[in-house]
Amino acid sequence: MFTAERIADKGDWITTDTGDWEIIIGLEVHAQVASQSKLFSGASTGYGAEPNTHVSLVDAAMPGMLPVLNEYCVEQAVRTGYGLKAQINAFSRFDRKNYFYPDLPQGYQISQLYHPIVGEGEMLVELDDGASITVGIERLHLEQDAGKSIHDLDPNATYVDLNRCGVALMEIVSKPDMRSAREAAGYVRKLRALVRYLGTCDGDMEKGNLRADVNVSVRRPGGDLGTRCEIKNLNSMRFIQQAIEYEARRQIDILENGGTIDQETRLYNTDTGQTRTMRSKEDAHDYRYFPDPDLLPVKLSADWLAAIKADLPELPDEKKARFVRDFGLSEYDAGVLVSDREKAAYYEDVAKGNDKKLAANWVLNEVFGKLNKENVEVAACPVSAAANNAIVRMIGDKTISGKIAKQVFEICWDEGGDPVKIVEERGLKQVTDTGAIEAMIDEIIAANPDQAAKVKDKPKTLGWFVGQVMQASKGKANPQAVNEILRKKLLD
Amino acid sequence: MGTLNKLTLAGALKGLEARDFSARELTQAHLDAMESAHALNAYLVTTSEQALAMADASDARRAKGEAGPLDGIPLGVKDLFCTKGVKTTAGSKILGDFTPPYESTVSDNLWRDGAVMLGKLNMDEFAMGSSNETSAFGPVVNPWRAKGADVNLVPGGSSGGSASAVAADLCLGATATDTGGSIRQPASFTGTVGIKPTYGRCSRYGIVAFASSLDQAGPITRTVEDAAIMLRSMAGHDPKDSTSLKADVPDFAAACTRSLKGMRIGIPKEYRVDGMPGEIEKIWADGMDWLRKEGCELVDVSLPHTKYALPAYYIIAPAEASSNLARYDGMRYGARVDGADLTQTYEKTRAAGFGEEVRRRILIGTYVLSAGFYDAYYIRAQKVRARITEDFKTVFEQCDALLTPTAPSAAFGIGARNNDPLQMYLNDIFTVTANLAGLPGISVPAALDSTGLPLGLQVIGKALDEETCFAVGGALERAARFDAKPGKWW
Repeated sequence: MFTAERIADKGDWITTDTGDWEIIIGLEVHAQVASQSKLFSGASTGYGAEPNTHVSLVDAAMPGMLPVLNEYCVEQAVRTGYGLKAQINAFSRFDRKNYFYPDLPQGYQISQLYHPIVGEGEMLVELDDGASITVGIERLHLEQDAGKSIHDLDPNATYVDLNRCGVALMEIVSKPDMRSAREAAGYVRKLRALVRYLGTCDGDMEKGNLRADVNVSVRRPGGDLGTRCEIKNLNSMRFIQQAIEYEARRQIDILENGGTIDQETRLYNTDTGQTRTMRSKEDAHDYRYFPDPDLLPVKLSADWLAAIKADLPELPDEKKARFVRDFGLSEYDAGVLVSDREKAAYYEDVAKGNDKKLAANWVLNEVFGKLNKENVEVAACPVSAAANNAIVRMIGDKTISGKIAKQVFEICWDEGGDPVKIVEERGLKQVTDTGAIEAMIDEIIAANPDQAAKVKDKPKTLGWFVGQVMQASKGKANPQAVNEILRKKLLD
Repeated sequence: MGTLNKLTLAGALKGLEARDFSARELTQAHLDAMESAHALNAYLVTTSEQALAMADASDARRAKGEAGPLDGIPLGVKDLFCTKGVKTTAGSKILGDFTPPYESTVSDNLWRDGAVMLGKLNMDEFAMGSSNETSAFGPVVNPWRAKGADVNLVPGGSSGGSASAVAADLCLGATATDTGGSIRQPASFTGTVGIKPTYGRCSRYGIVAFASSLDQAGPITRTVEDAAIMLRSMAGHDPKDSTSLKADVPDFAAACTRSLKGMRIGIPKEYRVDGMPGEIEKIWADGMDWLRKEGCELVDVSLPHTKYALPAYYIIAPAEASSNLARYDGMRYGARVDGADLTQTYEKTRAAGFGEEVRRRILIGTYVLSAGFYDAYYIRAQKVRARITEDFKTVFEQCDALLTPTAPSAAFGIGARNNDPLQMYLNDIFTVTANLAGLPGISVPAALDSTGLPLGLQVIGKALDEETCFAVGGALERAARFDAKPGKWW
């Protein structure tokens, strides 16, 4: 069942009067396939259209209409499977999951219960403290999304929007390998990065294009497994973590008061931060799954699979290893850089032809720091990777100092422009002419004889002179040269 | 011109080509016959204006030398086929006034080839029935009556409207569908020819689904050649149906007169069932004699799993139907009866919309797919289905086609058998196997029984070998010299 028996880190235990508890978590992530048309019809998957404008006769389940499988979606599922280092099943099949609801026009969802397209795999999940865990993947299958029921437009009626109905989802089921909310969040973060690297899902959680059902149970560390509850449809990292923490506490409270956990499906209320019963095990639907007779089994040839595999982009784990191996970056820095496909690509553009570590420091500290502060996505960064590449090159060849570089970056951010020209036009080039620096220094020493006399006794006050020189040069003096000359004049 | 409707389809094509009459005259003759045949209740909708407009367009095409293979041929369409702009009911109340904005691929193919639509034909509700008595719009009446009797008989089902209309000269041919025998059994009951082709030969797109893995469209006509001509137009690969076969459609009509010399015809011993009327035994034996005279070698063969076919069929078909019919929920189209809440609206809508037989099959299907019963029923039935398919594979190593009776009896009286569903299900005993194995089967009228009612013989062929069915069917037709017509009483 588990990839490996593992007891939660002690830091993740929940300690109460009765002792310690650990949380066991498994996730079912629904990732919408980034396809133009739906899984079994030609209708558009475009987001935000007028209700019921992206609906084909098949989606509306008109009499006599038949599903036709979208091959592109199959390919994306396979690519994701490879990303998860998973078994790809050359034979898979679609099943009908039968239940009645107005946003499900066919009266069944086409899914894959018995023969999913992707079997077992695993994913390395880096945690924020630098540690990492391996989370097992149980399966990945393709299925149709349902439409949307809108209950709050009219007190006496429910409206149905079928635009989303029939859109392809990949349901990715993990093994119960997570032991804390932060591990679960790390898993979703990594999975999101992976599908975005592959381009198989845009990972947009706000639009609901990536959402999770979370299975939570608690047990005494290393003890017998408890009964799990499933919390449905969480569409943000924050809600996933809050729901897990609330649910674990709720279950512990019940157990400590002598109660038992009922296996049930629960909903998370984003306003109160609490979970509540959606349906109990007794009310669980009997979905009467059976193979969909309208669709043929999906048979994938070895050649087709090999071509897909050969065409995969470099994925985060491999990219990270390359950054460490070839670029000499630290595991941590490499991890941060590859956490997102756009970030990694941006970094590689900045690093091209430059010192890789210097580029990494620059991108991580200056660029990403600024992006975080201003809450801007990499893709929308006003300073292009090419501009940053030029800035880093100028730092590397000592055309400008690090400090001036920050200044140039700020100018580029606010006003735009070519950093090389900015340095040129605004006279920001580092002064390395020792004669000029010496003249400046002499002038400052002459103006501050008392201070100069003290330096020998208190060598630390040399810094004050460095500051004065830098100020006088408007930051352009090469700090190394300034230091050397000051040392010679005041300490020797 | 009062007898144009009595021509064969092939004969009418010749007459049109020779300009003996126009498509408009041919169509009008049918509309007139239909007008005087309401007692048969074969047509649910008559599309007179559309028919005449299509006929005029056909005449114009023929005048320009652009006539298609079926140009000007007036046909009836089983009401299971969706027809653009023409109300489609599937024989049920639940579809209400549903008028499809699309055309089924099969009917579209017929119009592409120039055929003329006369109207929509009555049928058992959602094609579930063997007597046409489950139609929400009243039973179709068989034009045949027993000698000297005036009791109304069933035309068989579910394509009873199609069979009755063809037998009573109310169209030159009709589309039909066959899930467990719904083309062949009514053909047998009405002295007409009906072929269920290989599963996947005809697209299911736009045909209201009953049991997707078994449903297959085919024609009902008055002669084997007519069926061959019509099937050629109906068949062909359709990317809109994933189960449609990518196979070339041969000239079926050319196969009808093919020599049978040296052909091996299998006689499956399991089809000799207890209590089979002697007359059916006799026409079966006659059929064997006829084929022997044509130079065929008769081979005794065994299909050992035949006795499990009917139970397996009555698990698989209702299982698929229970799911296929879930879409009739009153939410988007069709009839709706409002209740106090959603569940009640579903319940009331479906209780009012579906007839008794459809409800029974939905219940059976829901039951056999339920948790705890799925393995015992559905999975086991699928295993039986695989064995039956295997049986045929083995047998077709020993012979080229099989000869069997089509149905275990002749047409029976309306209301005579509908209080015992199991008895009714036995009508399909010789036909369901071909559906379970996906094989082509043709029913050809062979003789009248002692009461003057038609009986048919069935030829089952290998997958995609309809040509052999037509060849053997053609030989049977010629040997039987079946030229009886029902006396007009309606």
